[in-house]
This record gives sequence, C-alpha cells and structure tokens, in this order.
Amino acid sequence: MNRKDVCGSSGLPRPFRLVEVRRENRSVCSFFFDQEMPARPGQFVMAWLPGLSEKPFSLAGASPVRLTVAAVGAFSQAVHALRPGDRLWLRGPLGRGFTLPPEGSRQKLVLVGGGYGTAPLLFLARQAQAAGHTVEVVIGAKTGADLLLGEEFEQMGISPHLTTEDGSAGRAGVVTAVLVDLLAAADSPPAVYACGPTGMLAAVDEVCRQAGAAVQLAWEAYMRCGIGLCGSCEVGEGWLVCLDGPVFGQNPVLNPPG
Amino acid sequence: MPDPLLACRFLDFNLPSPLVLASGIIGTSPALMARAARAGAGMVTAKSCSLRPREGHPNPTALDWGGGLINAIGLTNPGAAAEVEVLRATRRLLQPLGVPLIASIFAGTVEEFRQVARIIQQAGPDLLEVNISCPNVSDEFGTPFAALPDSAAAVTGAVRQEVTCPVAVKLAPNVPNIARIAAAVVEAGADAITAVNTMPGMVIDAAAGRPVLSNRVGGISGPALKPIALRCVYEIRRAVAVPIIGVGGVSTGRDAAEMLMAGATVVGVGSAVCYRGVSAFEEIGRELVALMKQYGYPSVEAIRGVCHR
Repeated sequence: MNRKDVCGSSGLPRPFRLVEVRRENRSVCSFFFDQEMPARPGQFVMAWLPGLSEKPFSLAGASPVRLTVAAVGAFSQAVHALRPGDRLWLRGPLGRGFTLPPEGSRQKLVLVGGGYGTAPLLFLARQAQAAGHTVEVVIGAKTGADLLLGEEFEQMGISPHLTTEDGSAGRAGVVTAVLVDLLAAADSPPAVYACGPTGMLAAVDEVCRQAGAAVQLAWEAYMRCGIGLCGSCEVGEGWLVCLDGPVFGQNPVLNPPG
Repeated sequence: MPDPLLACRFLDFNLPSPLVLASGIIGTSPALMARAARAGAGMVTAKSCSLRPREGHPNPTALDWGGGLINAIGLTNPGAAAEVEVLRATRRLLQPLGVPLIASIFAGTVEEFRQVARIIQQAGPDLLEVNISCPNVSDEFGTPFAALPDSAAAVTGAVRQEVTCPVAVKLAPNVPNIARIAAAVVEAGADAITAVNTMPGMVIDAAAGRPVLSNRVGGISGPALKPIALRCVYEIRRAVAVPIIGVGGVSTGRDAAEMLMAGATVVGVGSAVCYRGVSAFEEIGRELVALMKQYGYPSVEAIRGVCHR
C-alpha cells in the first residue's frame, strides 16, 4: 500500500504566506494563503508557529489553502494576530477526508455543520457541486452571532437551513431536528456529511442510522503528533483520529475497530 | 513447500508472529495495544512509564521528514501507579489472543529504576523492557544509561533483583561498541536485548532558522534507522546468545526478513504504523511469509541469523 493513500505524505512543515484575512463572525476569521495543497475536504494540517506551538486545523479550502479559525486559545489567538505577508508553517494534508459519490452520479447530499465544524463543509460543498451533486446544508450554532459561513453558501446558490440553540436566528433547537425533516422528506436517503462537536456527530449518526442514510462524520480530538505515533487522539476503543479519521463512516465511539 | 509459519518461540513464549509492537507507538491504552495484537502483532510493548506522571514535550513532537520520522514526545505517561492499571487491563485483552505483554520502564537513577520496576511488577507483565536509551530527555536526565557498559549493567542488575519476570534491556544505537554494552547487560542478568532505540538527530527549518521539534533534538526512526539497526543487531548477535528484539526501520516484510537474518529473534515494528496504519502488522506478516516461501525458509527459526552462517 502506498503510504500516501493511508495517512498523507505529511512531510515537514512548509512556510505559507498569509494573503488575506476575512472576519467571519465575532470569534472566527478565515485566513487565505499564497499556495495550494493537494488535499481533500475533511483532511487537516498541523499549523506551526515557530517558538509557540503546533496545532491541528481542518482545511476550509485548498486552492488556495484556507483555514477558518476561532480564537479560543493562545495558539489560535496568535494566528488571529497574523497579518497579510506573515508566515504560518503547515504540514499535511493529514488524515482521511470525506469521500464524495462518483462524479456525474448526481446525488443529493446533506451537509450538517455545528459551530466551527461548518468550515470543512464549505470546502466539501464546493467539490460536491463541481462533481455535479446537489447539496443541502444545515448550519447550527449556540446563537445567531456564532453562525458561520451562511453567506458564502448563499453565494454558491445553497440556502442553508439555520438553527440556533437560543432561537436568536433560524430555527430554535439543534441541527438534527432539521436533518430528521430532510431525511423524512427525501424519496431515497441522501448521503449525509457532518462536522461539529462530538455530541452533535453522535446525534447525526443516530438519526442517519434510523433513516438508513449513509453518513460520514469528521471527528474532533485532542491531537499531538498527528501521524499515528503518540496515541493522544484515541477515541472509542482504539481508533486514532489522526490516522483512521478524522472522517469516519460511523460513530467511532460506538463501533470498535475490527 | 507449504506456507511458512510465522509462529515462533521467544524465551518461554509461543508467539503467533515474530512481529512486536515497539515501545512508544500507540502503546498508550489497552484498546490500542489490543488492536495491534488483533492486527497481527505477536507481542506488544506498552509506552515507557516513569515513577511520576509526565506530560511530555510541547508540540511539534513528531515529523515525517522524508527519510524517516523524528520524534521527541518526551515520554508522556501517567506514572507507574496508573500504568499498572493500564497494563492489567491490557493483559486481560491480550490473554485470549495468546499475545504476551511487554511493560517498559524508564527512570533517571538506578534507585528509581528499582522503584518503578517494583511497582510495574504488580501488573504481572510477561516481560519487562528497561528503557535506558531514550534520547529525548537528556536535558533532564543527562547521558542515557545505555551510553556505557557500567551504567547499563548497573540498571540491569538493579531491575533484575526486583522482578521475577524476564527482563529485556533496550540499547541505544549511538555508542562506539554496542556489543560491549550488550555483553555487560547480559552479564548483569538481562534475559533479552531490545536493539535499538531511535538515533538522536535534528531537523532544522531554514525559513524559520530554528529546529522544528520543540525539544530541538529528537529520535530518528523509520527507513533511515534500518541499516544502523541491522548493524547493531548483527554485532550484538555475535557477542551474546540471549534473544534479541530487533527494532529499527522495519516497514515491510523484506525489512523484517533482513532483521531476522541479522540475528534478531523477533522484530519490532514502530514507525511503520505511521506509514501503513495499524494494519501494518498484518501486511508485514503477509509479506514476510511470501518472502520466506520464495527464499525457501519454512519457519522463523530457519531464517534467524542466516547472515552469521
């Protein structure tokens, strides 16, 4: 087996120069860089700021590389302090990404994003549309101010279904309520792709299982080496999120590896 | 010729395969170690543990630099007392698979090695690996015990007195005469030798003008380590008769065959997990069987040490 098929040729970190910063909401900015990366939606990179640290981020785009980052800790705040012309070192792409249905099979896909998890789904939606698939998007967040990337989906001709836990925008409640309706209304079960907090992913998995819909879940975990060595990102009974995931075809907590 | 068998003996154990999960790779939880066993590992080694818990080094801690990996995880572990529970749970999962468990210990002084060995013995590991050669903590602990015959023997003798299970001592490749160190630890009571640990190295990012690993230096493993490890195992086999766990850069069945030919009794697999996933054990095992068949070796015993004939 080619090792590139398994975990990506991670290689060394390479400097990427920041070209543009775009504010997405009160805590999230998108960072556009000067180079491309041969990556699939759902894959991630390890971003290094020399002297500070190295952290995993899923790709919100690859041509050019785009990271959509919430300022939540010291590292992501340092990323937010970067200005056009500054460098961020990236190694990757890493991990297994989402798999789209065959090009031209014109399938109906439902993408479900919770919180920051919406970022890789934007990347996925662009590829899905380019491959001729029909894309519906469900975006959820705690409040209307935390919703992410809705306008960009609109620009792609996709009207996202919005949900907020406090009811301040869109439908009050969680994304799975919308997903249940979409699955019930479908003639045949669509392929479902989800990224977000693990509780949300578990709920999406359950809803899809009951509806007989195939699901791909981009899982999150604390990560150190990113290449399958240290064991830090284990979830469930022995899955490595960095190597086996981050995208799983089932809930990795409920289904142990064979 | 019927298909060659991977089943083989190591010390008093009947192993389903000569492939061993090397220490420091996914040996952090019972489920991960059991997964390696189900995937075809004939023995599994837990991550090295120390007396007290260690967080390890900050990121970056590991990189694939092209010729191999470099890592300085920094011996992250929950401490010996908590490790006992990890090892007990792992044993319960491994027992039905017929796969022995190797515990690995690490300490900064001979006395502390004694203490850790005494605690870890409570978990009843099948074998105790004494890691005197981690290259990534020398800032804290100074020159590894593996650097000199006397210090290597002192640790070996102390641990040997504390435990009833067999003891393997893990040696460093970066010494002028590894055979002398092997002879010294065998003289001090080692039942087996694990050779080798990673080779100290450094990766520098020219654009950043600094080493990439936060620890600056790390241990080189993977393909770059293989010829170094083969030579070490070869020299050790010439010097001592105890079983050798040969480890360093084995990523394919051909690599495993070479390691056995150099004189290894069984073969450690580590970085290959990063390259090929946990299924590396199954794949390397299959490749090894095919090669043994092609070259006319009916068993692991038949291929061991052929370079010495």
